[in-house]
Amino acid sequence: MNGTINGSLNMIGYGLAAIGPGVGIGLIFAAYISGVARQPESRGMLQSIAILGFALAEALAIIGIGLAFALK
Amino acid sequence: MSTLLVASSTATVLGRLTEGTTEGGKKTFESPTKNDFDFPGLFSHDGWFTKPILIVILMTTLVAVFYVLASRNAKVVPSKLQFAGESVYGYIRNDVALDAIGHEGLRFAPYLATLFSFIAVNNIAGIIPILQIPSTSHIAFPLVLAILSWVIFLAIGIKKNGVFKYFKDMMFPPGIPIPVYLLLAPIEFFSTVIVRPLTLMLRLTFNMFAGHLVLLLFVSGGEYLLLHYSNHVVGIPVGILSFFMSLVLSLFEGGIQLLQAYVFTLLTALYIGGALADEH
Repeated sequence: MNGTINGSLNMIGYGLAAIGPGVGIGLIFAAYISGVARQPESRGMLQSIAILGFALAEALAIIGIGLAFALK
Repeated sequence: MSTLLVASSTATVLGRLTEGTTEGGKKTFESPTKNDFDFPGLFSHDGWFTKPILIVILMTTLVAVFYVLASRNAKVVPSKLQFAGESVYGYIRNDVALDAIGHEGLRFAPYLATLFSFIAVNNIAGIIPILQIPSTSHIAFPLVLAILSWVIFLAIGIKKNGVFKYFKDMMFPPGIPIPVYLLLAPIEFFSTVIVRPLTLMLRLTFNMFAGHLVLLLFVSGGEYLLLHYSNHVVGIPVGILSFFMSLVLSLFEGGIQLLQAYVFTLLTALYIGGALADEH
């Protein structure tokens, strides 16, 4: 039962790096939800802005996973 | 039980039954890596015609046939197929092209709808049984799509304003103190010309890559826990849970796949809209 873990330390680095975009995406959707809650008719306009912000914040996490696999 | 059957067949067709090394009669677990995305050629082992290429050809044919059938014999009272085609195209035209680009967006609606359909079906191939690899997780396909979008928005901006004015508007927005331009101009140039296509490509690729990796991990991990783990009291329930999680995550992954197709299309539309805008 003495388990060993094999793998790259890169993945731990990626896990840490993903915290930032995770918080960022949470903030973006929190703002979107409270925006829609205050003014439901603005949903359509806010949606594309929220998705855009989400995509930009997520790009950081995605670049992170790309580098975690690419850099040895 | 049916859950188990579905998931174990999933494991089989994923073609990755834990290829761990044998140590003292016991298999060890090896987590999935990027090597699991390399497929042998279908006809010869080193051939170029691999599974992702087959999926792209299949899916392209599917989209083409779908739109041709949906738009043929178009009537005022639409048939079911025509309604489906019009729903997808209408959504992209009204909610993406016209919203993000403005009234000129009508010109780009066909390109955007094609882009969306192509990416969506290629992503969804990742959760269709037997196919089960999103072909967009191979960087070549998003690369071509990103270059296409990049060329289009640059060409449109240059065509509208001319080379000099386009880059001047991009790099030197008015109303900023002159010393700041030293900092701002390179950043703007870098973010528009280099970061935009790069992130378009990487976002799609690695979302599909990471999603497929997570599914692989749960399926191969579940198989290992059920069949090869030394402690059956722990291994069997956790293995079943792992298969169940892979099914739940497949649904979740389906949502992500559609969302990523939408994001790619929306960003392309926003970039085109930015290139067409009079003032930056």
